[in-house]
Amino acid sequence: MIAFLKQPWPWYVAGPLIGLTVPVLLMVGNKSFGISSSLRHICAACMPANIPFFKYDWKKEAWNLFFVFGIFLGGAIATNLLFNPAPVEVNPRLAHELAGYGIVNYHNLVPEDIMNWQSLFTLKGFLLMVVGGFLVGFGTRYAGGCTSGHAIMGLSHLQWPSLIATICFMLGGFIMANLILPIILSL
Amino acid sequence: MQQNTNTEKDLKMRKLDAMCVNESRLEHKWYHNLKYLTIGILFGIVFVKSEVVSWFRIQEMFRLQSFHMYGIIGSAVLTGIISVWLIKKFNIKTINGETIHISPKTFNKGQIYGGLIFGLGWAMTGACPGPLFAQIGTGATVIAVTLLSAIAGTWVYGGLREKLPH
Repeated sequence: MIAFLKQPWPWYVAGPLIGLTVPVLLMVGNKSFGISSSLRHICAACMPANIPFFKYDWKKEAWNLFFVFGIFLGGAIATNLLFNPAPVEVNPRLAHELAGYGIVNYHNLVPEDIMNWQSLFTLKGFLLMVVGGFLVGFGTRYAGGCTSGHAIMGLSHLQWPSLIATICFMLGGFIMANLILPIILSL
Repeated sequence: MQQNTNTEKDLKMRKLDAMCVNESRLEHKWYHNLKYLTIGILFGIVFVKSEVVSWFRIQEMFRLQSFHMYGIIGSAVLTGIISVWLIKKFNIKTINGETIHISPKTFNKGQIYGGLIFGLGWAMTGACPGPLFAQIGTGATVIAVTLLSAIAGTWVYGGLREKLPH
């Protein structure tokens, strides 16, 4: 059983399980599924700085902070108890492309060759981790949600603004991955 | 009455630019949040084991080199649509007996501009906000910097909000 769980899980198992989070959160406590709001609650809790956008009772949304802390713990549990020693298998075309940028280590979910504490202080690492992270935090809040809030919760509820947001997420990703990222990775 | 108005005002503020809001009017002790911690743990395990949190999988997705991520998002949305439909059809209540309420979303231009900006960041970091938490859990400690930067991004958005087109 454990050996079975240690393998990478196929999409038709993981997808429905992720989708089930929507009704489970609704039925457990009338909570709409979403993750990026946790970043806002952290701002509201730690440094509201008199900004109206952060002046609300974040404790009412404390459930969301427990939820994301659970995701962190889940990551730790999956890595320590259900560890799969085999490297991440990717499309050979991607492996070929990435090898050209010196990315050859597939033993972690994060590409260790370019995302580590040393590379943080290089231009490439700074762009990927610091600037990338900033865009994620800024963009998700500007869009009013992320992949979970818009693409999964919003689409589950058939909200067309969420469909627009999801299309824009994908469009931004396609532009970055195919047109801009090759330049950044060549730095 | 005064308190009621304040609660309404606060809920309205919390709903601003947010998808996931606590719609419940019930007051619970803090340990009720352990339910969400548990759901989060299970969710995090699925995230890691299905490699949704892998930078490589995100790169494949944006290069149309693998069906994996499309299969996951597609089947998750389908499961969600069926679940929400069933909840509405049979008027299913929460475990506390509350009527389930989901706020509709109104369109604003932020969903386009913000969506594009997030998309750029998603392909760089290989992670949307959820996977950032899971990646740190897997031991990629440097991603804590990415998370802090994302919090900073949210904070800057909050400060600039009134000046941005919506």
